Amino acid sequence: MSIKPSAQYPDGIQGGVTASLAHDSGMRQAMGSAQFVDDLPELPNTLHLVPIGAPKARGIIKALNLDKVRAATGVVAVLTADDVPGLNDVSPTHSLDDFVLASSSVRFHAEPVAAVIATSRQLARKAARLAEIEIEETPAILNIEQADQANSIISDDYEFQSGNSDHALKSAQHTAESSLIIGGQDQFYLEGQISYAIPQEYDPAGHRDILIYCSTQHPSEVQHNVANVLGVPAHAVVVEIRRMGGGFGGKESQATQWAALAALGALKTGKPVKCRLDRDDDMIMTGKRHDFTAKMQVGFDDQGRILGASAQLKARCGISKDLSDAIVDRAMFHFDNAYHMPNCKIHTRRLKTNTVSNTAFRGFGGPQGMLAGEWMIESIARKLGDDPLNVRKRNLYAGLDQAPNDTPYGMAVKDFILKDMIQSLEDSGDYWQRRAEIKAFNLESRIIKRGLALTPVKFGISFTTSFLNQAGALVHLYKDGSIMLNHGGTEMGQGLFVKVAQVVAEIFQVDSSHVKITATSTAKIPNTSATAASSGSDMNGMAAFNAASTIKSRLIEFAAEKYKIPESQVIFLPGRVRIGNDEIPFKTLIAEAYLARVQLSCAGFYKTPEIAFDRATGKGRPFYYFAYGAALSEVAIDCLTGESRVLGVDIVHDVGKSLNPAIDLGQIEGGFMQGLGWLMMEELHWDDQGRLRTHAPSTYKIPTINDRPLRFNVNLW
Amino acid sequence: MNHRNKIRLLLGFEAIEIVPERHDLTILEYLRLNQGLTGTKEGCAEGDCGACTVIVGELVDGRLIYSPVNACIAFLAGMDGKQILTVEHLSADGLHPVQAAMAQLHATQCGFCTPGFVTSIATLHLNGIKPDQQSLGDALAGNLCRCTGYGPILAAAAQALDSPHGDFWWQQMSAAHDCLTIWAQDQSMLVLDGNPAGIFIKPHCLADALGAMDRHKNATIYAGATDVGLWVSKSCADLPVLIHIGDVKELTDIAMDQDWITMGAGIAYDRALSCLQQEYNSLGHLIRRIGSAQVRGRGTIGGNIANGSPIGDMPPALMALGAEITLQSAKHKRRLALKDFFIEYGKQDRAPNEILTQIHIPRHLKGQLRCYKISKRFDQDITAVLGCFYSEQDQNNIIRKANLCYGGMAGIPAHAIHAQQAMLGQPFSLKTIEHAAHEITKDFKPLSDMRASAEYRTQIAANLLKRFYADTQSEAGLPLLDHPDSLSYFTEISSYLNGDRA
Repeated sequence: MSIKPSAQYPDGIQGGVTASLAHDSGMRQAMGSAQFVDDLPELPNTLHLVPIGAPKARGIIKALNLDKVRAATGVVAVLTADDVPGLNDVSPTHSLDDFVLASSSVRFHAEPVAAVIATSRQLARKAARLAEIEIEETPAILNIEQADQANSIISDDYEFQSGNSDHALKSAQHTAESSLIIGGQDQFYLEGQISYAIPQEYDPAGHRDILIYCSTQHPSEVQHNVANVLGVPAHAVVVEIRRMGGGFGGKESQATQWAALAALGALKTGKPVKCRLDRDDDMIMTGKRHDFTAKMQVGFDDQGRILGASAQLKARCGISKDLSDAIVDRAMFHFDNAYHMPNCKIHTRRLKTNTVSNTAFRGFGGPQGMLAGEWMIESIARKLGDDPLNVRKRNLYAGLDQAPNDTPYGMAVKDFILKDMIQSLEDSGDYWQRRAEIKAFNLESRIIKRGLALTPVKFGISFTTSFLNQAGALVHLYKDGSIMLNHGGTEMGQGLFVKVAQVVAEIFQVDSSHVKITATSTAKIPNTSATAASSGSDMNGMAAFNAASTIKSRLIEFAAEKYKIPESQVIFLPGRVRIGNDEIPFKTLIAEAYLARVQLSCAGFYKTPEIAFDRATGKGRPFYYFAYGAALSEVAIDCLTGESRVLGVDIVHDVGKSLNPAIDLGQIEGGFMQGLGWLMMEELHWDDQGRLRTHAPSTYKIPTINDRPLRFNVNLW
Repeated sequence: MNHRNKIRLLLGFEAIEIVPERHDLTILEYLRLNQGLTGTKEGCAEGDCGACTVIVGELVDGRLIYSPVNACIAFLAGMDGKQILTVEHLSADGLHPVQAAMAQLHATQCGFCTPGFVTSIATLHLNGIKPDQQSLGDALAGNLCRCTGYGPILAAAAQALDSPHGDFWWQQMSAAHDCLTIWAQDQSMLVLDGNPAGIFIKPHCLADALGAMDRHKNATIYAGATDVGLWVSKSCADLPVLIHIGDVKELTDIAMDQDWITMGAGIAYDRALSCLQQEYNSLGHLIRRIGSAQVRGRGTIGGNIANGSPIGDMPPALMALGAEITLQSAKHKRRLALKDFFIEYGKQDRAPNEILTQIHIPRHLKGQLRCYKISKRFDQDITAVLGCFYSEQDQNNIIRKANLCYGGMAGIPAHAIHAQQAMLGQPFSLKTIEHAAHEITKDFKPLSDMRASAEYRTQIAANLLKRFYADTQSEAGLPLLDHPDSLSYFTEISSYLNGDRA
């Protein structure tokens, strides 16, 4: 019997997996009705908290005089480290080196030492300026060079190697040395850090529960750290976030401090307290992408094939560990990028400076590592006078399940598809023809010169800290057939929510509009990992898949029993279910299942399989798989002024089988522009006092719409 | 004199009267905190990210014109007599075409910048403008997006700007025009003096403005608030008396005779652009790179001069042309060369009761002007080095006039005296230019800061002279990277600007 699509679903469901569905919040965002934390209606008596930063980069606090702050109009309370009832720490790895408020000494310029709470944000900001802080200064260590010389580190040096690098370098026909200074980058999420803490009822144990709306990529960490700060169990703190106005890593570990301050303020005053950093404070007081220096030595044959390599990467981690160890590790994991580097040694230093603690930023150290590796490849091309693309192609990993495929950390690259991707881009982008045209142009043009490069990327997917690769989801079917979806992932614009909703819609064969997407809450999914490491869709999608699949099998079991047919004859079709030779609407089945006391709710869980990395031996499989991409970019520079412009970019990117191609294209394109900003115009400028001088968009320049290359083609592989 | 003590404006489509809690309340604070209109976002509170963009309608020569305004730095009281439209108002008649296109074409990701883009694009839509690609980029370069890479936004704008206004919008624009016209006939001066924190005064004529300045020696005068607004939003400054001169009739006139363009000091960059680029193409190009659409619509040439910025961008260009200015107080009026206005860093030749009222720009000059702005980013960036050069040669190619004016090289916008001397009386040749470029080191000892090092500034000041020479050697000029039109390498544009996406 052939089943005709029902009138309601002529083309199947709207918004299952692989559909280019618009972002679930797109309409609301365009109408201005999508609520960010600062848009939530404020409760009566809401107070506003502003942190007060130290005026010097390093020294002993001789005096912290807050009398004028307390006396200022509108001020209700002032917080110092003495007001912390629990642990004065917001570090993500419990390294006890990130204070909510510093007490006896300051370690970087603008380190928060106090906070003022007032009846309006404007009055709190005015009052904050009245603090009198006297610091007995000690010499500050401000950059990589100074920290390196002073042996100022947050962790011991770490290296791993494959084969014997020293020997290979000595015996190679050719060698080349290269070095690179890689700058940092501010996340510049458009919505700054914000937390809104609301006191709840008193627990019989005597403490007061608290609810925090926090713009964070890591609600569970905020919950646990705030509980530690308050000295209460984790169950006393609920953290919720519907959407962030961008995260990019900047709200992974460093949203916690502001949540902790808001919570402390709320408990101290008994009133709702909001802490929204203004842009200057946000950029000065929170960490950025790590800046690195890199030195490379490479040995190679006449063809430019790498025989051995050695790299020394030094990262400025700032004042504390934060996530720096994992970030620098990821730089190491990506130094090889797409190339087989036998006998490769990668040595890293993790330097401690009197500057704000650097943190996660899209790529998480990977881009810095790749950049160093690519620069080393170019040093080979320069030495041999060969086109860099030729050298790149000769050094690529072998291919699907072919040798050589061993990385410097012992993981085999089994899914390598870049050879075909590069060839495709080389052809579609007319690489060699353009190379010839550019050579001719540059001979003629004295002032403007053009350049062309085709570069691949191989990026490891998974948290390299293996235990973090776990996720939870919660799916409810209500008895009218509507579906509520919740999971531990957070939405920061990347389209995670709509993608996971598409997974659930696919399983139940309903339009994704039947799936209500709800705010991430620690009260619904416990002990989640950050939405990070390019793992959000994989992990939360699978957790939701598991939850929805469990409910679906209960429904199948119920229908088979009720209608006395084999389970194999219960089939979910768009908007309806075929049961034997009959079809009933999806919602009818749900109503029947409810009456039959079938559990219509399920928590799902997922842990990424097969990954394990042993840091002691430097060997293992840190990643479940790799994602690949390649870009062909053309630039022009003005030799009189150094001005530059990206003229054209063609990108192909592998995303596997896309859950939502439109969303993925947006991520690729936006990610490229962010990288363009990092490397071509954004510059963090610290002065010799350790003060960040580029702390707002007036001085820190991210790309505008006119920096978008004139030619910009992005395709999924 | 008639005074009013309530702000009167159209919020959306409704005429309302407001007595603000503070005289220096910004539009953004008012919308979010007083009206609960939270669609308009604060991204930076300094007019640089565009997330707070609202649409302001006002009468220009009797016509209702809309412009995008950074609500974070614009004082609410300065909007007296105007219309404010927010992202919420745009869906009053169902989803606005701009909103629909932004959502459908994947132009939103995190969505925080989205309302600002919607209002910026809708401003063009309301004005009935269908810009070419470059003009569209210029209209949107004041809106930062960190997520999308901008492609889908361009596509959404292109789609939306192709769709017509519905009847609703024609009716509303007509009603707004009528309302603002009636208000414009009432010349009463807005005076907010009921608050101990400060006084706000908004005169309509120069006499009232000068009178107010005489009465309030401590007054801060402003027109566009693209600078003064930040004193409040960023620095939390107390400005006890604010006098808004942006709507003073005499300051917004443009007059032309055979030899001079005389511009009211309250002329915003946008209006100056359309007038000046016809006379001096390179100056037009420079103005295109000042601020953003939001800033160019509010910021004024007069403000740019009067605030004494050592950088520019207008003063070095105007000095290169030999511009003059008029200053006026209640009792006195004087005219002086612009270059003499700048005394030293932070000090200008202006008495506290004087207003800069007019800028006089020479016309029909025989020589050549080129303006070069060097900054980290092409759009909406404060200049590291600005070089504005005017030279005039006689029939034997001997240089008779050489004005080499720089911003960012000293405490004030300044002529490069030694370099000019090296050019005068010499043939306009590469040799002369190279000698002049060498002399620059005697003229300036620039600072190192976050925008550029002293070494870079010194070298660039010299190199820009070389560029001036190369640029003036052919009709087409040099290809310049800040000028995509001059880069003919790519006619191709992105795949989905032409077609669809996935």
